[in-house]
Amino acid sequence: MNLKEVIEATEAEMLVEPAFTVDLEAACASDLMSDVLVFTKPNMLLVTGLTNPQAIRTADMAEAPAVLFVRGKYPPPETLALAEEMGIAVMLSPYTMFESAGLLFEAGLKGIGKLPILRQSR
Amino acid sequence: MRRQFALFALMGRGGALTKIHELIREMKVSRVMTPNVLTLTPGASMKELKELLREHRISGAPVVEDDELVGVVSIEDLIHALENIDLDSPIREYMTCEDLITAHAQEPVMEALRRFETFNVGRMPVLDARGKLVGIITRGDITMALLRALQDLYSEAESMQDRPQQFFEALESDNTSLQLRYSVEQGNFSDGGEASASVKRALLRIGASPKLARRVAIATYEAEMNLIIHTTHGGFILADIQPSEITVVAQDSGPGIPDVELARQPGYSTATPEVREMGFGAGMGLVNVDRCTDDMSLWSAIGVGTRLQMVFKVSPEEIGNETDD
Repeated sequence: MNLKEVIEATEAEMLVEPAFTVDLEAACASDLMSDVLVFTKPNMLLVTGLTNPQAIRTADMAEAPAVLFVRGKYPPPETLALAEEMGIAVMLSPYTMFESAGLLFEAGLKGIGKLPILRQSR
Repeated sequence: MRRQFALFALMGRGGALTKIHELIREMKVSRVMTPNVLTLTPGASMKELKELLREHRISGAPVVEDDELVGVVSIEDLIHALENIDLDSPIREYMTCEDLITAHAQEPVMEALRRFETFNVGRMPVLDARGKLVGIITRGDITMALLRALQDLYSEAESMQDRPQQFFEALESDNTSLQLRYSVEQGNFSDGGEASASVKRALLRIGASPKLARRVAIATYEAEMNLIIHTTHGGFILADIQPSEITVVAQDSGPGIPDVELARQPGYSTATPEVREMGFGAGMGLVNVDRCTDDMSLWSAIGVGTRLQMVFKVSPEEIGNETDD
């Protein structure tokens, strides 16, 4: 899925253009950055409501070429500046995380599938 | 993160800048000018000027009499003659002959460039040491020459990118390694991830596969965030890169972890609500580290500090330009 399709599906706004053409293979939605790092897969879209620069850092570590911020939460300038510097695309959707994810899934973007269940021993 | 090895950074970067500086200061006008300049005589007609300009698609020419520069005539002078319907007049009548702005073959282009700026002329005849006309120079000539020189520099720099690997191969020792050190400040969330991003870039530069670089970066990132979130005074990260194994150590001086086993449990976290609000403290950090490393050891003592050592084995398929999974 390309970014134009993401924007159409979630009625998003492009805040930072990507440095390269982006072809997304999957998406993951989370506000917990460590969780994102568990999911990591190349060419993944990061859907998050966490708008601080760590979202961009995490996308960089996970090699996610694009980030979709949700629930209309406009990111602070330092987040946009970091994204610009790292060539990571940033988009903003007015929908909640749940609805943005649903719309993207409906439009054909898949997740990363099942993960092993980790049990806490106490 | 504070850059600790400013000297190394300078060694890497200074080269190109110094060279550009050198170029501008030392490139001589004679290297940039157009030699074998087309000239006219003061007795020739303005019509002849018009033909010369049109035929050679130039915008002006020096005027020479008895091997000596006596003036400069340009398209502007031609326009004046055209306005006066006076193309049969000799060039002498329209050329500029007083206070001629000239360049010298042996002066640096920087000087010529300054004169272009000061006098706002389009071209300067170039004279040799004896005052003989040897060429002509425009601002465009200088720009083109600098761009060409920059391009040469750039391709040189590009070919140097292949060097780090060769650099390592050329060093003889029983065990060669590259060590990167970073200090991490407690509570500095805005720079969080810089050390890990630097480690990742370094790995990619010396020929690690994207997959290996990512796995090291993710684990290092978790360790870096732990130093920012949980320590009293921050700590440091040391990455030791060897051809077959990469070791990253994150160490701090306190407060120490009361129950190391518990800290390694998925979902266990002591992070404050503020930290959780920033997207951390899910209790998955050490679980993530474990997943990315081939060997991990965590040592901690209350009041002394914590040391997290992560080892990544470099498998043969993790070197070179293998494509991603």
